[in-house]
Amino acid sequence: MDFEDSPEEAAFRAEASAFLEREAPGFGGRGDVAAAKAWQGTKAEAGFAGITWPRRFGGRGGTPMQQVIWNQEEEKYQVPRGVFEIGLGMCVPTVMAYAEAAVCERLVGPALRGETIWCQLFSEPAAGSDVAGLRMRAEREGDGWRINGQKIWTSGAHFSDFGLLLARTDPSVPKHRGLTMFFVEMGSPGIEVRRIRQISGESNFNEVFFTNVWVPDGQRLGEVGDGWRVALTTLMHERLAIGSLPGPDFEDLLTLAQEIAIEGAPAIGNAAVRERLADWYVQSQGLEYTKWRAITALSRGQMPGPEASIYKLVSARKIQDLSGFALDLLGEAGLAAGGRFAEAWLQSPGGRIAGGTDEILRNIIAERVLGLPGDIRLDRDKPFNA
Amino acid sequence: MNFAFSEVAVQAGEAAREVLREAASGAARRAFGAGVDAALWARVRGLGWLGAAIPEAFGGSSLGEEGLCLIAEALGESLAPVPFAGGAYVAAPALLRFGSAAQQARWLPGIADGSVAAAWALSEGPGAPEARAVGTVFRDGALTGVKWPVVDGTLAQLALVVARDGAGEVGVYLAPLEGVSREALAGLDPSRGVARLAFERAPAELLASGWSAVEAVLARAAVFVAFEQLGGAHRALMMARDYALERQAFGRKIGSFQAVKHKLADVYVAIELARSHAFYAVWAMMAEAPDFLRAAAAARVAATRAFEMAAAETIQVHGGMGFTWDSDCHLFYRRSKHLALCLGGIGYWKDILVRTLEQRNAA
Repeated sequence: MDFEDSPEEAAFRAEASAFLEREAPGFGGRGDVAAAKAWQGTKAEAGFAGITWPRRFGGRGGTPMQQVIWNQEEEKYQVPRGVFEIGLGMCVPTVMAYAEAAVCERLVGPALRGETIWCQLFSEPAAGSDVAGLRMRAEREGDGWRINGQKIWTSGAHFSDFGLLLARTDPSVPKHRGLTMFFVEMGSPGIEVRRIRQISGESNFNEVFFTNVWVPDGQRLGEVGDGWRVALTTLMHERLAIGSLPGPDFEDLLTLAQEIAIEGAPAIGNAAVRERLADWYVQSQGLEYTKWRAITALSRGQMPGPEASIYKLVSARKIQDLSGFALDLLGEAGLAAGGRFAEAWLQSPGGRIAGGTDEILRNIIAERVLGLPGDIRLDRDKPFNA
Repeated sequence: MNFAFSEVAVQAGEAAREVLREAASGAARRAFGAGVDAALWARVRGLGWLGAAIPEAFGGSSLGEEGLCLIAEALGESLAPVPFAGGAYVAAPALLRFGSAAQQARWLPGIADGSVAAAWALSEGPGAPEARAVGTVFRDGALTGVKWPVVDGTLAQLALVVARDGAGEVGVYLAPLEGVSREALAGLDPSRGVARLAFERAPAELLASGWSAVEAVLARAAVFVAFEQLGGAHRALMMARDYALERQAFGRKIGSFQAVKHKLADVYVAIELARSHAFYAVWAMMAEAPDFLRAAAAARVAATRAFEMAAAETIQVHGGMGFTWDSDCHLFYRRSKHLALCLGGIGYWKDILVRTLEQRNAA
């Protein structure tokens, strides 16, 4: 065991770190979309965008390990990154996998350079965890499709230029078989984006209404009726992301416990507080080490093992518990507390739902890792409109 | 980054698992009351596993700590009822860390070939490990005091005894056990022996001085035991999984109910977190990293929780059958608590964990 980079990895890290040291400070602390686009453009120009993407699409043609190294180095700076995660992490790779060369030519480069932003239009009011039960209708019309329906929980739709859209093209067959994938221009007539205000008061995601939106057949990705398989490609990219959820972590709570007093002594001396601290250290640091196991696999050119699937399940719940406990420690002062813990506590329920609920993630572990049977699905073989 | 075991260590673990599949089958139950399966112990001694982390100069195989960890995992998985831990996890690492050349030469070859089984004698009754609870005294080259429970105390040839010298300083002493009065106690896990040892001016010599040395010995042992706990936890989870795939209720396999699936997914998560901590702890031990004590404590806490959770939930998934004497579930349940307690309970280790974090932040 060792934690050293290989010579190739070290060389790439040095290159990345030199670039960041030179360029990142200029973007420090800026969170607006314009700044994010500018930062993405700067990265693309230097060859640090699309690290694992093929060179023919303007990527670096690098390894997943280089992506990990880049993420580690970039995380050290307060650069604006978030708005591209869904588009470049999930949507555009789906386009690259399924669209014709000319379409890729037109779309991929601008996305990589940060000139366009993509959102993912999968979830609907009646189709969350069971996304294959979505209702948005796409009906043939001439050399294109007429689309009607509603999407929801669409992060970044209000500043996106394109969307990856999963819609139902045939309601007469069972639900997984009647779906087709498209991409749409968000400025198309008939698309209306309405912000949703979250419990934290922020508005990061949206409802998106489609009223008689026309989409040419050339914007179809994959075969008609094959949308579920295409969507699985998209979601697979989501599962491979090895990142950290934002929010206060164990070290913030530890500091608070050392600073705040219970009965005239630092809270950390309290046995109940120590007990909880130990539990969260085990979770926080255990996830960090688990990430190292996944990185080791990537470094050897292998896929991470199933242990990588525990990351979001553990960390989302931990942020909720840990930030709630921090508010408890503050006592009545917690009633008036703004600040990181209050903000994280209000955000945290969303973390346990977005990108796979706790319950769906447990199902995935039980079924794919432990080999337990899938749920009984009463609607699986019935026509969707039955 | 190479956060994985060496090829040679992995092979040693697989070879051990292969041997134990046959050799340890049913052994834990056969050992009930005796606390050891003599045939299995003879087999284990002959395979050289005890000397995995002992240098060749002292009769070991120099396979290294990584290899010993994966052998420990295989022993834990098979619930092997053998007096392995006292020598391989406690005494040998302690002698290599603190022993004089003469002490190493006297004891390590016997530990490596199994002719010397060793026992860890710290506890003097109820309570967490702490210096002020040590009443056994060392005076004029001899120990006087009562230690209980001592795992493998009835059959060991050597004990590492925590005692207090004339100046009140606590230390770890090497005590040959011939002539020491021993009484077998009924064990929570009857496949492992526990005893009460009464030292009455028993000859001994100092191995290491200070409570920090006691903690250092415990921390090394805790890393290896964490791998036994991981092995046991994994096996318990697989038993539950297999049963859930076979047992039918309400017209379907019980493994298709989310109540069961989610329970077992949570056990899996606990095991993988513990495995990651155990990986880091063995690295920190080998690298003599400054955060080794914290790493060992975290591995101990995580592995203890994982095995206890896995053992309890495997009974739950097995339902009434899991509560019967004839089911193997209780063997894992008993062993999970035996290992949870044998080096100090989870509360003691959580406290060490937080203490080391406070010390780090104060530095």
